[in-house]
Amino acid sequence: MSSIPVGDTIVPAAAAQPLGPTRTDAFEKRLAKRYRDERNFRLLGLGAVTFSVAVLVFLLGNMLINGIGGFQRAELEVNIDFAALGVEGDATSLSAPTAVQTLEMQGLPDAVTAIAEEQLGKDAAAQISPEGWRDVAAALTSDPSLLTSKKVFHIAASSELASALQGEGSPEMLALAKKLSDQGKLARNWDWGFLSRSDATSPQAVGIWGALKGSMLTMLVTLVLAFPVGVLSALYLEEYAPRGRWTDIIEVSISNLAAVPSIIFGLLGLSIFLAAFPDLRSAPLIGGMTLALMTMPVIVITGRNAIKAVPPSIRDGALAIGASPVQVVFHHVLPLALPGMLTGTIIGMARALGETAPLLLIGMRAFVATPPDGFTSPATVLPMQIFLWSDEVDRGFVERTSAAIIVLLVFLLAMNGLAIYLRNKFEKRW
Amino acid sequence: MTVIHPNMADETAKIRARDVCVFYGEKKAIDNVSIDISPNYVTAFIGPSGCGKSTFLRCFNRMNDTIGAAKVTGLIELDGEDIHGNRMDVVQLRARVGMVFQKPNPFPKSIYENIAYGPKIHGLAEKKADLDVVVERSLTRAGLWDEVKDRLEDSGTALSGGQQQRLCIARAIAVDPEVILMDEPASALDPIATAKIEELIDDLSGRYAIVIVTHSMQQAARVSQRTAFFHLGKMVEYGPTSEIFTNPIEERTKDYITGRYG
Repeated sequence: MSSIPVGDTIVPAAAAQPLGPTRTDAFEKRLAKRYRDERNFRLLGLGAVTFSVAVLVFLLGNMLINGIGGFQRAELEVNIDFAALGVEGDATSLSAPTAVQTLEMQGLPDAVTAIAEEQLGKDAAAQISPEGWRDVAAALTSDPSLLTSKKVFHIAASSELASALQGEGSPEMLALAKKLSDQGKLARNWDWGFLSRSDATSPQAVGIWGALKGSMLTMLVTLVLAFPVGVLSALYLEEYAPRGRWTDIIEVSISNLAAVPSIIFGLLGLSIFLAAFPDLRSAPLIGGMTLALMTMPVIVITGRNAIKAVPPSIRDGALAIGASPVQVVFHHVLPLALPGMLTGTIIGMARALGETAPLLLIGMRAFVATPPDGFTSPATVLPMQIFLWSDEVDRGFVERTSAAIIVLLVFLLAMNGLAIYLRNKFEKRW
Repeated sequence: MTVIHPNMADETAKIRARDVCVFYGEKKAIDNVSIDISPNYVTAFIGPSGCGKSTFLRCFNRMNDTIGAAKVTGLIELDGEDIHGNRMDVVQLRARVGMVFQKPNPFPKSIYENIAYGPKIHGLAEKKADLDVVVERSLTRAGLWDEVKDRLEDSGTALSGGQQQRLCIARAIAVDPEVILMDEPASALDPIATAKIEELIDDLSGRYAIVIVTHSMQQAARVSQRTAFFHLGKMVEYGPTSEIFTNPIEERTKDYITGRYG
């Protein structure tokens, strides 16, 4: 509709047509509301993410602050002159496997105490950890030439003295700690031994290595059992199993298995594995087998999803040039599904690593003072060690527990990191 | 009732199908189709969507076996040999009857691996040098060699759509098949890539028996010498392409050709 000029005025076009439904005020209001909704939703999501990150940061920060102390311990400084110590031996006798016992029989513990009394005073020497002489023995056996020289040792203090240094304990002990620390004879030192020792009765002498090694061995058994069984089950169910009632029943059973509370698996391990191998109580082998039962269904479920996600066109392409079904599976489906399967495996393994309940029942809560030397020797695992230490009365165990938690988390992160690395390495786009 | 033009019965037929029916569960997708596919020509299957032409094509290399619910009855012979018979192995059949799909589906591997895969699994080339020859020959025949010879180690999926489809054709001819089945090979491609594929089909005809499913009548007219028109699971008319397009006998064929439906 055009307007026709009349004189020098322009006659407006005849009354405008009614506005279309998308140009009304009501529509504009609705539009504004739509944008508002979107903005609110985005803010809500951002809030949720911020909240979870904040919780995580708080948790980790708190743990780190508490845990750092767990990697330190109060130590007394003792300067030992071996020539005057009265211990006999030479390179051969000190490298014998029984060297530590020999040194003990020769009176090394008493000699160390005597030197400590001389240097620190009687009260302080009484607060040397009863196992402190072992540090000296270890130094000697690793370097026999020390026998003719001097060395300064930092020997663990008793846990009473350690607490006193932290400001807790009887007035006498507090005074002693103050005195020694002023003299520079008592200090909290970085305790690398925490990473190489095992459980002990005193928080001053404990270490995490026994539990860490136990966890590694257990996880290895779990991985070796659960991964192949899980992947093969997933492949069979997805690629070969005829669709039918039996497959459905198996499918539902596996899904249910993944949801069974872990303590039930512990009971199963107790009644089946331990009944079959009664000598292997507390062993990583049995622990790993029990955890594998728990991990396998997770691997099967995620594995099946990963296989389903492989585009059928790839399968068709391979079949159409004459690949046999097993070649299709191993040349095409498995490589493409592997990243997803690894993700599932790591989720299952991470869950297994943090699991305590099933292991309680198969005896992995025992006090194990030496690191396991194989799959069949008694062991404990990291979460169990944390549980055991958190139960201890001694104040010194609080920090040690936090330190153990840090070790567990670092182990978990390392495992996840490895899995992410492997996944990215194998991941292919199509 | 199927109308078959005179002189279509072929003594030297590469593929001979008799009374073939395909069932998807209860549904009859292909109803009593009999056809002779000549080794010397390009045969096109045309028809509206859902008429069963792709389903019928997939019978020739038994790709319907991979669909649990599909059941094929009737007789299909390759060089006089029953492809469902005891003496025919499905792996060998698929090596003899290659297939190219609607959507390019190169493996997520290198271009070289894509071509070498078939010869490798069939043991057609043992040494790397032999494989190199096969790869070059196949890519050359597929008209792709000049475009990719400098980047054989790149992923096949990094190529353009048209190149991917020619890669798939090269992959199919790498195992030296006797027949190549093409299921709407150009429907996902732009006109230029389509033209290249059609040119390639022209080059390959004579060397291989080619059966192509297409819903583009122009494409069928351009590349094929024999055309079969399918409708609702039945083969309506089969004859020389020129006859089908200029002088169809059946009313339904005429309606489809002239664009009355489809």
